Amino acid sequence: MSSVNEKIAGKIRSIASSLLESGEVAAFLGYTTGSLPGMMQPYVARDAKEAENLSWSSFCVINLANYLPALLKSFEPPRRPNEPPPEGPLPKVGVVATGCWSRNMVVQIQENQIDRNRVVIVGISSRGMVDRRKVQRFVGNREILSMEEQANFLVVKGKDFEEKINRWDVVRDNCKTCTHPDPVIYDELVGGLSGKRDIPDRFRQVDEIEALDIEERWKWFQEEISSCIRCYACRNVCPLCYCPTCFVDDSRPQWVGKSIDRVDTALFHILRAYHCAGRCTDCGSCESVCPMGIRMRLFTKKLQKDVLELYGFEPGLDVETPLPLSTYKVDDPEDFIITNIKKGDKK
Amino acid sequence: MEKAKKNQWEPKIIAFLCNWCSYAGADLAGVSRYQYPPSIRIVRVPCSGRVSANMILDALRSGADGVLVSGCHPGDCHYISGNLYARRRFALLERFLEFIGIEPGRVNFSWVSASEGEQFAKVAQEVTERVRRLGPARKLVKEIDSCPA
Ligand code: SF4
Ligand code: SF4
Ligand code: SF4
Ligand code: FES
Repeated sequence: MSSVNEKIAGKIRSIASSLLESGEVAAFLGYTTGSLPGMMQPYVARDAKEAENLSWSSFCVINLANYLPALLKSFEPPRRPNEPPPEGPLPKVGVVATGCWSRNMVVQIQENQIDRNRVVIVGISSRGMVDRRKVQRFVGNREILSMEEQANFLVVKGKDFEEKINRWDVVRDNCKTCTHPDPVIYDELVGGLSGKRDIPDRFRQVDEIEALDIEERWKWFQEEISSCIRCYACRNVCPLCYCPTCFVDDSRPQWVGKSIDRVDTALFHILRAYHCAGRCTDCGSCESVCPMGIRMRLFTKKLQKDVLELYGFEPGLDVETPLPLSTYKVDDPEDFIITNIKKGDKK
Repeated sequence: MEKAKKNQWEPKIIAFLCNWCSYAGADLAGVSRYQYPPSIRIVRVPCSGRVSANMILDALRSGADGVLVSGCHPGDCHYISGNLYARRRFALLERFLEFIGIEPGRVNFSWVSASEGEQFAKVAQEVTERVRRLGPARKLVKEIDSCPA
């Protein structure tokens, strides 16, 4: 592990253990080292001793906000679905948050999924997380036995090879276009802040698809999702997907069939992405966990682009601005309404 | 005029019409004897805000060649702002469907009030024309053989 990460991990451990020791939080949500090289595993420490297992690296690809609502709920006394929570303070939870994770927490606060007063956020400015698939491709899909991180390089070793890879070359697509690596809300900070990044072509991947003609786009969409096995990992890992019953599980009416029928798969992807409109922070978790390497981030990125274009909104930057689909303006763009187009024609 | 030939293909179009305006508008079109194509199949909904992307896609999956969603003019919604929330959702959906390769014109949106019988007939004609030009919808229709072997 690089000294950068070791320093961060050390700070996380010391903050977590003092929070746990003092009883300020009942649990601390972070990462621990996984069982394979380049794999990190979300981890809940429940006492100072367990806090020693906390770690940090460039492979923390899952958005920890995903676990917060359920973790908080686990500390509430059991009650009926519509019964209000009990009076008085409930146990708190500590959590590590990078830019996008903290933005998802903001969205969760806005959507009443978490209570800001019950989370202690330990902010970290993200350096960009690494895409394991890119590393794997870099070494020609040979088996990787160890991965060592230096400040700007990864040293990847296998049975009979050793490669030094420039870290930025294998950083995830979403991190490369991230404008907001700093946490937007936090109670403690680990390391410094790096400021807003200016990425003029951050929607380039979307622009490229938009430039195709309609049949090519359909072909691209079909090909992109064709290997989907409908495991729903992309949904399960998303911090926006906390619905008690997801539309894919509705049976009356059944919006999508359970098979890997191409139409069902298409409907699943259209609706999953659409449900994230105006809420998705492009954290990239969905793409990182897909076992089939499907780049479903491109779908949410398109929605993100349109939300910005039409309503000038970016999710999770502050708690005050309402989410775009839970509000409206009288003069919102409506040039797609055909009765307007006709009026325009007459002029 | 191009009189509909016996065997000419007629599109099937599902129209989700708001009870308070477009549905009454369609009714008025009928009462006033404005002609509009028989391709429109009406589903009455309480407000355009009731129409979700699920419902629109479900229509396409079940074999509709086109969809029309029509509500009250902005400012006239019976529930004050249902159509204004809906407008944002539809704008994003429309763009998104186009992005993934669904032809523009398959899914259409309009505002028609209860007094606009003639306007409704025009919208119905326009939508039918659009869909007719596109031909039968295949992309999101679920068929037995759309399942891989
Ligand atoms: S994680 Fe990948 S394979 Fe699984 S449902 Fe999502 S897109 Fe399909
Ligand atoms: S895909 Fe939609 S319905 Fe399913 S959990 Fe996510 S937001 Fe909820
Ligand atoms: S849709 Fe994907 S990128 Fe967007 S918030 Fe959910 S997991 Fe993150
Ligand atoms: S009542 Fe007609 S659109 Fe809301």
